[in-house]
Amino acid sequence: MSSGTVATPIQLQSDTASVGSNTKARGGKKPDVGGKSPLWVRIVVGLLCALWIIPTLGLAVTSFRPADQANSSGWWTIFTSPSVTLQNYSDVFSRANMGEAFVNSVAITVPATIIPILIAAFAAYVFTFMQFKGRDFLMVMIVALLVVPTQVALVPLLKLYGDLGISGTFLAIWLAHIGFGMPLAIYLIRNYMATLPKEIIESAKIDGASHFQTFWRLIIPMSTPALASFAIFQFLWVWNDLLAALIFVGPGSNQPLTIALVSLLGNQGQGWQLLTAGGLFTMLVPILVFLSLQRYFVRGLTAGSVKG
Amino acid sequence: MGIKIANALLAVLAGVGGAVAVFYLLNKLGELLPGRWEERVKPFLWLFPALAAIGVYLIYPTVQTIIFSFANASSTQFIGLSNYSDLLASSAFQTTLVNTLLWIIIVPAGTIVLGLLIATLADRLEPRAEKTAKTFIFLPLAVGAVSAGAIWRFVYAASPASQEQVGLLNGIVTGVGGDPVNWLQISSGKLNSFLLMVILMWLQAGFAMVLLSAAIKGVPVDTLEAARLDGAGEGAIFFRVVVPQIRTSLITVFITVLITVLKTFDIVYVMTNGNFGTNVIAVDFYNQLFTNSNAGYAAAIVVMLMLVMIPIMTYQIRQFRAEEVSR
Repeated sequence: MSSGTVATPIQLQSDTASVGSNTKARGGKKPDVGGKSPLWVRIVVGLLCALWIIPTLGLAVTSFRPADQANSSGWWTIFTSPSVTLQNYSDVFSRANMGEAFVNSVAITVPATIIPILIAAFAAYVFTFMQFKGRDFLMVMIVALLVVPTQVALVPLLKLYGDLGISGTFLAIWLAHIGFGMPLAIYLIRNYMATLPKEIIESAKIDGASHFQTFWRLIIPMSTPALASFAIFQFLWVWNDLLAALIFVGPGSNQPLTIALVSLLGNQGQGWQLLTAGGLFTMLVPILVFLSLQRYFVRGLTAGSVKG
Repeated sequence: MGIKIANALLAVLAGVGGAVAVFYLLNKLGELLPGRWEERVKPFLWLFPALAAIGVYLIYPTVQTIIFSFANASSTQFIGLSNYSDLLASSAFQTTLVNTLLWIIIVPAGTIVLGLLIATLADRLEPRAEKTAKTFIFLPLAVGAVSAGAIWRFVYAASPASQEQVGLLNGIVTGVGGDPVNWLQISSGKLNSFLLMVILMWLQAGFAMVLLSAAIKGVPVDTLEAARLDGAGEGAIFFRVVVPQIRTSLITVFITVLITVLKTFDIVYVMTNGNFGTNVIAVDFYNQLFTNSNAGYAAAIVVMLMLVMIPIMTYQIRQFRAEEVSR
């Protein structure tokens, strides 16, 4: 990644594989080799970490406080007068329909993640291993579409969905996320496939394997890292999406968690304890994904964050 | 609830199964063709679903949006450039543009400075501490903008002066004897806009940190040693030796955050919905479309957004071509 290599914002960065990827190959870099880091460095880093985590901590703490206390005193007072409850969580399920919204979020996110991978993997294979007219033009078009903001598509699609009568359905939002995610998916997976050794494909061809067999038996298993990176990026993108959900699904019985959370934000009369519990509940899945799949997660995110 | 889950499961299976079936049929269709034609047609059969998705969801709507931007509120009649001239003449939209410009200037720069600071300092810690610190900074990126809105709404919350404060910032202000401030409603000096930018920088710093940290670790040691032998101070080494060598990564982070800023919708929408002088272009688009039911204004706003994106797009294509040559 230093001088010499060309980096586009969306390339798959193998050298940023995990948050703490620690390649301390260069022993002599630090001024104090072998010793501990200076005190001021540790203090500044500690302060920054505190700044980053305290807002979230406040939300997490409040979500477990009884309603009357959550709304009448600061969350930090829990350390002087501790009292904890799970009532807020049962309330967001019964009063804010968070349980239903959770099921909707899963039902929206899973197909909107799996289907584009399937479609893009086929397309990426074609772009990498098949010769045809217009290949370079189509690839440049896909690169150009990477940065087109999704807002561009919303007005015409809303009219189209109105004509077809599918507004507010899961199908409407699946198709939208499949379309919006497609350029990035093709780009990422193709870039990865292009690094696979060509000889393997050639020898499979000589052995009489069809493209279909080569694709399923060889290329897909070998492309797992790229597929996983895109999967995680797309999963989080769709899970955390608000704009497309508001426009194509809207509030109601099919609403995902983000819309449910926004309506809690809009009705603060219901109290901070519900908003904070709903907020933490919405974050639960992304945080679990992050902590368990950190390596793929960072790769997918750094590769995918320019997506429109 | 049980029915809901069963329905969702059924929908998931039907959706994924349907996609698999489409490819199976397309492949069978290809195999029916005689040998030479099979090879010629197969690429397009396999590409068809992807190109159809891109065509219906990106290309057709983009063209249509450009056309709508020259039409009236209900897209029934062409009115030339009046959407653009009306918008540019309205003082509300001018505020939106000024705000967007401030976001473009402040957020990418702030994110890079924060990311560089953390990456450089954490690099000096022992490996375990470095990993922990980076996880803390990176975590917000996972939670997403709507949850970030909930988190920061709570930080900026203001209760009447007679009551105890619930929000952290006002808790601190009243703790040192000040009066509570309704942070998100103070537009003088663009304070509330700046407080919203803080949220985006808080979200994005982890991304900048990861990319820049990898780049800093890749700087060859001998260049640093040479500078040190020549008597350069740590500051000079950082700015004259390290920064030039991580230039490509800095550009990458800058462009990525810039694109994120231009599309910023969720944060402003959930915090202020663009009120109190905090509107930005993506929120204005949404409100023109739904609150004002003016598809013409909404389309004109996104076309302007696209125009801003064109230089970035050109840069991307150039980079892609350069990479293809070196492959």
